[in-house]
Amino acid sequence: MTDETLYSLQKVSKGFVKGKEKITIFDGLDMSIEKGDFLAIMGPSGSGKTTLLNMLGGVDQPTGGEVWFDGSRVDKLSEGNLAKWRANNIGFIFQFYNLMPMLNAAKNVELPLLLTNLNSKQRKKSVEAALELVGLSDRAKHMTNEMSGGQQQRVAIARAIVSDPKLLLCDEPTGDLDRATADEILEMLQLLNREFGKTIVMVTHDPAAAKYAKRTLHLDKGEFVEKDLVA
Amino acid sequence: MNGVLTLLKWVFRIITAPVWVPFWILWKLGEVTGLNAVIEAIAMSTGFYVVYKNLTRKPLRLSLTMLAIFVAFTIYGTLTAFQNAFDAGVELSADDRLVSVNKINFTQPLPISYVNRVRPMEGVASVTHLNWFGGYYQDPQNVIVTFAVDEGSFFDVYGEDLVMSEEAKAAWLGNRQGLIVGESIARLNGWEVGQRIPLNSNIFSQQDGSSDWDFDIVGIYTGSDPQIDTNSIYFHYKYFNETQSFGGNFIGFMAIKTEDPDLNEAVIKQVDDLFANSPFETETVPEKVFNKGFIEQIGNIRLILSSVVLAAFFIILVIVGNSMVLAVRERTSEIGVLKTLGFTSPRIFRMVLGESFLLSIMSGSLGMLAAMGMIGVVNNAPIQLPTLIMTPDLAIEAFTYMALLGFITGIIPAVNALRLNIITALSRN
Ligand SMILES: Nc1ncnc2c1ncn2[C@@H]1O[C@H](COP(=O)(O)OP(=O)(O)O)[C@@H](O)[C@H]1O
Ligand SMILES: [Mg+2]
Repeated sequence: MTDETLYSLQKVSKGFVKGKEKITIFDGLDMSIEKGDFLAIMGPSGSGKTTLLNMLGGVDQPTGGEVWFDGSRVDKLSEGNLAKWRANNIGFIFQFYNLMPMLNAAKNVELPLLLTNLNSKQRKKSVEAALELVGLSDRAKHMTNEMSGGQQQRVAIARAIVSDPKLLLCDEPTGDLDRATADEILEMLQLLNREFGKTIVMVTHDPAAAKYAKRTLHLDKGEFVEKDLVA
Repeated sequence: MNGVLTLLKWVFRIITAPVWVPFWILWKLGEVTGLNAVIEAIAMSTGFYVVYKNLTRKPLRLSLTMLAIFVAFTIYGTLTAFQNAFDAGVELSADDRLVSVNKINFTQPLPISYVNRVRPMEGVASVTHLNWFGGYYQDPQNVIVTFAVDEGSFFDVYGEDLVMSEEAKAAWLGNRQGLIVGESIARLNGWEVGQRIPLNSNIFSQQDGSSDWDFDIVGIYTGSDPQIDTNSIYFHYKYFNETQSFGGNFIGFMAIKTEDPDLNEAVIKQVDDLFANSPFETETVPEKVFNKGFIEQIGNIRLILSSVVLAAFFIILVIVGNSMVLAVRERTSEIGVLKTLGFTSPRIFRMVLGESFLLSIMSGSLGMLAAMGMIGVVNNAPIQLPTLIMTPDLAIEAFTYMALLGFITGIIPAVNALRLNIITALSRN
């Protein structure tokens, strides 16, 4: 592990108990993500992509192994500390945007800042900057359920970056969008990676989307495999 | 279908206008002055904004739920004010006053000679006597609490509660047909001093067979406390005794003022012992006990009122509890997202509970305001009722109930939200 390593999974295992059955998804997975990486994860449905992303995001805990983030261990944190850690370090972007329908765009973007010490003026500035970056300054007061899918996903990106996290986790961020809109969103992620130094991990099953990433890993049955083997 | 809904919406808006129009005006004022933006920023900082927005996202459901709580608290506030008024009748009874009635039943008479035998007793400050007249004014439905009393000693016994000018008292003593009336009954019937009125009795008739008696209103008395009932009227026993056709020289009951409440027991014993084994035995009790017994004869008002209030609370508990559980269940994936963003479970728990508190306190307070309005209307209405008062105790009790309602209806969805697992919450959509 070097100084440039942001994330490192060591011998991580993960299983579920479904009734009497024990399902193993990962068994001794190793993975390392450098700072500034833009990583695409591909793989067939049920291969464990979402589960991996959930573990990286600290919303799910591995059943074994170690998870190191930026030099400290995170897989043993309590629920409360993990929540704090997520608020400080991770930005989430979902396939179906997951915005709050009763809040306008600006208020949605402001939500993560309620977990910081910023006062309302500082929060307002950060929200404006984030909305500006995604090109939605003029829609700040609009309700999100009146927006197009692409606009909603841009609000979601603004929400993910507003508190300046180190890592962005995107689960099928373009899965619900048409090609042109998907490209806009992906260009935006690329910009965030290149110009703002955000480390990004993106799950996708769209090869065109994966092309925007710096590298692509293929997951199959809980293991990373060479691309040719899958194809 | 849509047209019907729009129509219903407008009907509802118009009916509830008195409730929301003041808030709407306040809102517009806030918008113009920029106050709203400031409040919004503060509300957002505390997370209250999200709570408020969650609560108000389904306006129709919110209105109906609020209406249920509103009605329940209006009923509660008004009925409890009634109950307090009845209790006040007991509470305000003087501690040093005794009532002595016929032991068989308080409707049976006593000989007038008893009064002079009680007067010299040790511990007795003064004694007077009263007869229930069964009076009504103009219409048999318009019953008026009328007593024929000994005008000479009446204020010796009741003077601390019933207040009247010395001139009026003198005028009453000097007029055989003089009648003194309470402030509220005078207002109700538009009576004024100097007026001559006829009263009828549904018990007694005059010696000539008629049942009207003529009176001169010579004074209007007030209560020394606003909750003292001033719906009664009093006239001379002599006028009653000499004109009525039944056997004379009987009184309804004696009212005895003792020199000190500590002497009550001793006086009660002296009086009841003196008349024991006579054809007219007495039963003497403190006025408080007598009034309580009298109110209980009307029916157990407290029980009836409590049952109504309890039923109202139970119904809103079910309605509001159900609507909160639904509201939070619909937001499962949103709660999952909030948790993902880093909102801790205890914080989400507080947000949900805050929502149910806000709902109960907002609607309950409006209900209590409406109850105050109702009390005002009742107090000014042309009906004979004791004066209702919204006491600070009642307001505190109401807020306690609102908080309790908020807690009970919020705790289940709040615990559900607290325990909600992010993965399950997010995989539901
Ligand atoms: N909470 C859970 N309980 C039981 N099994 C689960 C749970 N979450 C995921 N799985 C199973 O784990 C496997 C991987 O799921 P997932 O990570 O969602 O795959 P992907 O995102 O690649 O489609 C699937 O077989 C899925 O059924
Ligand atoms: Mg998935």
